[in-house]
Amino acid sequence: MSIVSLIIKREFLSKVRNKSFIVMTFLSPLLFVLVMGFIGYLSSMKADTKRIAVHDEMGLFAPSFTKQNSAKNEFRYVDASVFSVAALKDSLTKENFEGILVIPKTNSFKDIEHEVTFISNSSPSISFIENTQRTIAKEITKHNFEEAHLDTLAIKKAQSKVSINLTKASGEASLKGLNEIKIGIGGAFGYLIMMFIIIYGNMVMRSVIEEKTNRIIEIIISSVKPFQLMMGKIIGTSLAGLLQFIIWSVIGFGLLLAASAFFGVQINPSTKLPPEVLASAQHELAGTAQMYLNELWNLPIASILIGFVVYFIGGYFLYSSFYAAIGAAVDNQTDSQQFLLPIIMPLVLSVYIGFFTVINDPHGTIATVFSIIPLTSPIVMLMRIPFGVPLWQILISVTLLFATFLAVVWFAAKIYRVGILMYGKKPSWKELYKWLKY
Amino acid sequence: MSNLLEVHQVVKKYGQYVALNEVSLNVPKGSIYGLLGPNGAGKTSLIRIINQITMPDSGSVILDGEPLQPKHIQTIGYLPEERGLYSSMKVGEQCLYLAQMKGLSKSEAKKQLDYWFERLNIQGWWNKKIQELSKGMAQKIQFVVCVLHQPKLLIFDEPFSGFDPVNANIIKDEILALKEKGSTIIFSTHRMESVEELCDHIALIHKSNKLIEGKLNDVKRQYRTNTFEVGILSSNVEGLIYDITQHFTVAPAQFKSLNDDLKLEIQIGNASPNDLLQVLTQRGQVTHFVEKIPSVNDIFIQTVTDTHNITPNQF
Repeated sequence: MSIVSLIIKREFLSKVRNKSFIVMTFLSPLLFVLVMGFIGYLSSMKADTKRIAVHDEMGLFAPSFTKQNSAKNEFRYVDASVFSVAALKDSLTKENFEGILVIPKTNSFKDIEHEVTFISNSSPSISFIENTQRTIAKEITKHNFEEAHLDTLAIKKAQSKVSINLTKASGEASLKGLNEIKIGIGGAFGYLIMMFIIIYGNMVMRSVIEEKTNRIIEIIISSVKPFQLMMGKIIGTSLAGLLQFIIWSVIGFGLLLAASAFFGVQINPSTKLPPEVLASAQHELAGTAQMYLNELWNLPIASILIGFVVYFIGGYFLYSSFYAAIGAAVDNQTDSQQFLLPIIMPLVLSVYIGFFTVINDPHGTIATVFSIIPLTSPIVMLMRIPFGVPLWQILISVTLLFATFLAVVWFAAKIYRVGILMYGKKPSWKELYKWLKY
Repeated sequence: MSNLLEVHQVVKKYGQYVALNEVSLNVPKGSIYGLLGPNGAGKTSLIRIINQITMPDSGSVILDGEPLQPKHIQTIGYLPEERGLYSSMKVGEQCLYLAQMKGLSKSEAKKQLDYWFERLNIQGWWNKKIQELSKGMAQKIQFVVCVLHQPKLLIFDEPFSGFDPVNANIIKDEILALKEKGSTIIFSTHRMESVEELCDHIALIHKSNKLIEGKLNDVKRQYRTNTFEVGILSSNVEGLIYDITQHFTVAPAQFKSLNDDLKLEIQIGNASPNDLLQVLTQRGQVTHFVEKIPSVNDIFIQTVTDTHNITPNQF
């Protein structure tokens, strides 16, 4: 057995046999599902109804508010125009009002626009304010039309609403929201890479530090080359990580199936619609779903998957080498903080670029440049691939990624070589630079 | 006797600091070679170069007639001064792993391990984790790991530190047995009495330079002062002292003796010991006559203090 595979085996077994690893492997998906379930439960709970007193001196607006009252609405409007504002204020807490909407009597409708007040001890939500403003404005507009003797019905008829149909040159219908799906797919893969790098990169670092604190490193390093040891560690740890990820996916998928089966049974019987309506709705739904499915199948699935594997390996190896070098340079994990920041930064940056820039303009300058720079390319490029990326860009990006990986491994192996035999010395950036020259 | 290991003009610098300044060594086959020197002299740097952990900036290392190559790792056994093993790994598994890294097959490693575990009487430790063992016990395991692949060259850095006298003796006997089997042993230590006891060759490194090298006896001969310790029973002490001072330099001496004799330390210079004996026998009865041989400790301290102002490390 070659030495690297020997190291891989040991690293893999020592990770997998670790008690905390086993516990986390089986507990994490459970925790995840519990948290998701809890969030779902919370959001399904009905919020308390908030009572709003409407004091309308014009006597015009209160009905359009009380009209909104329903079981679903969070707010319940009470026409309190008969009471004085002062009395309402006094009874604010006693009557359990969330607030008082005061619409004063003015000479013209125009003046009302700036005279409406909402009195409340707690600050109202933005959506409430917007809804209130909209309701009043609508009423005023209606009255303005009537005063000008305009036919509101005719105006309504005259107003138009445009909905653009998206099609491709090939003639198939396109769907709105597809960009979101694309970024979702790319983002999920990109995010996965980031999580993997942070969790298992750290593991590589810990394993290097462990060898230093155990003082076994000198024995190991007199038998193998630092490069072999580093590669063995990175590969062994990532295999353990992959195993954990696979177990998580399997358990997660199983739990998801179980959950959807459970909820699916609960939801269906409650929809008591006439069969023909149901059938047509289903038909329509099936049609749209079919279109989405078609679109999904038209995505460059092969490139996405191949891209994921290539960028996953490249990105993970690149960052793991950094982590290994840091582990070699420091004595314990607390000292590693100052070196970790520059590693996390490009990762976070790429996720932000992915979600904010790529979705707006997948082939813009920023997205293109960052999908070629090696430190950010694994995540940014993966998010771009679903939108279709020219092959030459992918080739440049992958070549650069792996070239950088080799350079970093060389550089990390140098730091590693010197660093692992240094005890009790807190390294600085300057010190690391010196080690490169040894 | 040919040399198993030859180090030629090795230079190693760490930035501005010169750790080894053109150091050359010849380690004869089958010898126990003491590598001496105060802390920070450059011993560990040299050992790491021999183990190919670091590379020399210039100079060469020849092992068994060939320039040092990666394959030589398998013919060297190294017991570093910084001891350590994977604390959460089981003893047997760990030994197998480390032996396989040195190129043994799994079955061969198992066979050797059984042999050594039985020899050191530690069979029961196979399934224990290192963290359950005491420091001395872990050291034994480390010794086994170091010799397991039957290396031609063994390098022990402070092998006795951490051992109680009983276990230190066991290890010492094992080292001698390995020498009998034909291994060459480089032995780096500060403990001069063990050097005296085990080594047949020594080299002294101080401030990055090699100062002394050779057979232990040759080195001692070089450092002899032609001084003799003499015990004598004489009725005329003044006459005796007068006679001696005519020819030699004399000083009072301290050594253990059953007789109530006069104890002297006499330096005879270029004269022969017989000349001294002639003078002594005329004046009394000689009860003790021994050449004062410099101990390694004396040589070490003398050399290191003499060269206190020699070439500093900074260039």
